[in-house]
Amino acid sequence: MNVTAENVTKEYIRPGRGTNRFAAVNGVSLTLEGGSLCAVMGRSGSGKTTLLNILSGLLSPTSGKVFLDGRDIYSLDDKTLSRLRCESFGVVPQGQSAVRTLTVEENILLPFMLYKEKGGREYALELMKRLGIAELASVKPSELSGGELRRMSIARAVIRRPGVIFADEPTGDLDDENTALVFDFLKQLAGEGSAVMVVSHENDALKYADRVMKMSAGNFEIMKGA
Amino acid sequence: MRSIVLKNLKGRPVRTAVLVMIAAFLSFAVFGGTLVTASLGRGIDSLEERLGADVMAVPKEATQKKRFEDIILQGSTGYFYMDIAKLDEISQLEGVGQISAQLYLASTSSSCCSIPVQIIGFDPETDFTVTPWIKRSCGNELGQRDIVVGNDLNAFVGDKLSFYGVECRVAAKLDKTGTSYDTTVFTNTATIKELIRSSLERGMNDFSDIDPDRVVSCLLIDAADGYTPEEIMNDINLHVKRVKAYQSKSMITGIASSLSGVSGMIRTLIGAVWLLGIVIMLLAFTMSVNERKKEFAVLRITGASRKMLSGLVMKEALAVGAAGGVAGCLLGMLVLIPFGDLIEQKLSLPYLFPGWGYVLVCFACTLAVSVISGVASSAVSSLRMSRIDTGIIMRGDS
Ligand SMILES: Nc1ncnc2c1ncn2[C@@H]1O[C@H](COP(=O)(O)OP(=O)(O)OP(=O)(O)O)[C@@H](O)[C@H]1O
Ligand SMILES: [Mg+2]
Repeated sequence: MNVTAENVTKEYIRPGRGTNRFAAVNGVSLTLEGGSLCAVMGRSGSGKTTLLNILSGLLSPTSGKVFLDGRDIYSLDDKTLSRLRCESFGVVPQGQSAVRTLTVEENILLPFMLYKEKGGREYALELMKRLGIAELASVKPSELSGGELRRMSIARAVIRRPGVIFADEPTGDLDDENTALVFDFLKQLAGEGSAVMVVSHENDALKYADRVMKMSAGNFEIMKGA
Repeated sequence: MRSIVLKNLKGRPVRTAVLVMIAAFLSFAVFGGTLVTASLGRGIDSLEERLGADVMAVPKEATQKKRFEDIILQGSTGYFYMDIAKLDEISQLEGVGQISAQLYLASTSSSCCSIPVQIIGFDPETDFTVTPWIKRSCGNELGQRDIVVGNDLNAFVGDKLSFYGVECRVAAKLDKTGTSYDTTVFTNTATIKELIRSSLERGMNDFSDIDPDRVVSCLLIDAADGYTPEEIMNDINLHVKRVKAYQSKSMITGIASSLSGVSGMIRTLIGAVWLLGIVIMLLAFTMSVNERKKEFAVLRITGASRKMLSGLVMKEALAVGAAGGVAGCLLGMLVLIPFGDLIEQKLSLPYLFPGWGYVLVCFACTLAVSVISGVASSAVSSLRMSRIDTGIIMRGDS
């Protein structure tokens, strides 16, 4: 699957600044292609998360359009877009993202549970093994470490084998070994045909990425790849 | 989705328990209040029906210290007599339709009853108030020494009770009326005359020099067509010496006004409790939705639509409202139904259980009120929540 952004801009009102309005993302156009891993770098506050939210259908841009395989996603109604996000987009959000009344396994299966669908259990087990959290399947998130939660949220993002994966600093609280494990995993998913976008400060990311982009103050430039 | 709702409720036991308790309290107030009000309403209807006559006339002495009204309305016991000539005198008055005399006596004590009971003797020839009602419980005419007992008395058909040494047979037991008639014994005139005579012989009657054949206690009068009860009452009070006439309706009016006072109070209370419950639930839901902002964002990220999110919150509220509603109603039934008699005593107003059909309707309505209140108080926060952009929520504390 391909995601294409056309001149997307997100403006926020911020009192106290000269113009009052400022663009967290400023006229960005890009394409995420199936089969390639794209790393996004940049200073804190440069607009990485904002861009990721816009591309993943979670935040409507002030102007510009986002297409998934040629379909303008922000022209869809909420129900259709939600369903599409569930099936085609996997998002690993920045920070913690556990539902604390559900177990680790249930958290991972959430994209299936929401639509009352069975399925996914075997893959969930496989993912937990792969990410080293298999023995935590029936534990509540409050008993997990930051890194374990992070891996849980990665498993959840990919449980439906989405065509596009967005990961916002997925290795933020992981050690070197696990960081490598996660990047290997994301790289493998890209190899299987998904379009992967990773926001990361790690230098490792450069090693794995087919393309590297850098954001600064809402603008972005391509550092590596076409 | 349903399993997520249940897991959310189970995963936050304290919050869920508190919310259910609030809903239960609210439901208890609505259910209990409605039931008490209905019981009072039925009590007064029943009393009105039992009183039967438009006007009641009694000796003036009986009206001092409100004895007569106490007997009729509060279930205290007593007796008083006036000359039987008053019956003729009053029946001569213009506008008097039907008229029937009753004789009163009170038992000192009896095997049936821990307390003295009021005995009322009516004249089967002329009676138009008690007979139709007694007929419902007892098909036959009452014979000599036959009595009919009120529902609260501990005696059953076929039992023998003796009053002043006269053994009487219980011929029928009346349905519950919720009024003082539930502790009254009815007989015909012949039987009560025998009882009065016996009490006189034993020196156990407050009146020593009466002739049971020459006295009556109370005259029940219906107005003829074209005359109002008020005219007749005034006529009697003006022209018949040492007799006091009452309009049945005005006796009830006294009760009705204290009843409407009590009912009004109950309604205000229900309203206040309800408002308080709604406000607390509103706050509880707003707080809990705020606390769970991030979780909602996660659901959204994993593919939940806005509608699903607000549905989730509302289903939680629905479950809470339903559980609380059922608990509150059951509690209400547990408290109000077995203790109906106690409530009657405490309020000293006629009080009659309105029947299981009514209770069922009341239960269903209360449940609906509870569920609607729960859903309504969660609606605001859930809608507001689902309208916020997920991207913004996710940034909240990341
Ligand atoms: N909802 C919002 N309202 C106002 N300003 C916002 C909002 N969301 C983001 N911003 C601003 O937009 C800019 C970009 O934010 P964003 O979260 O995209 O940065 P980032 O590159 O992801 O930073 P980090 O590396 O710290 O996560 C920041 O200056 C931020 O303060
Ligand atoms: Mg960010």
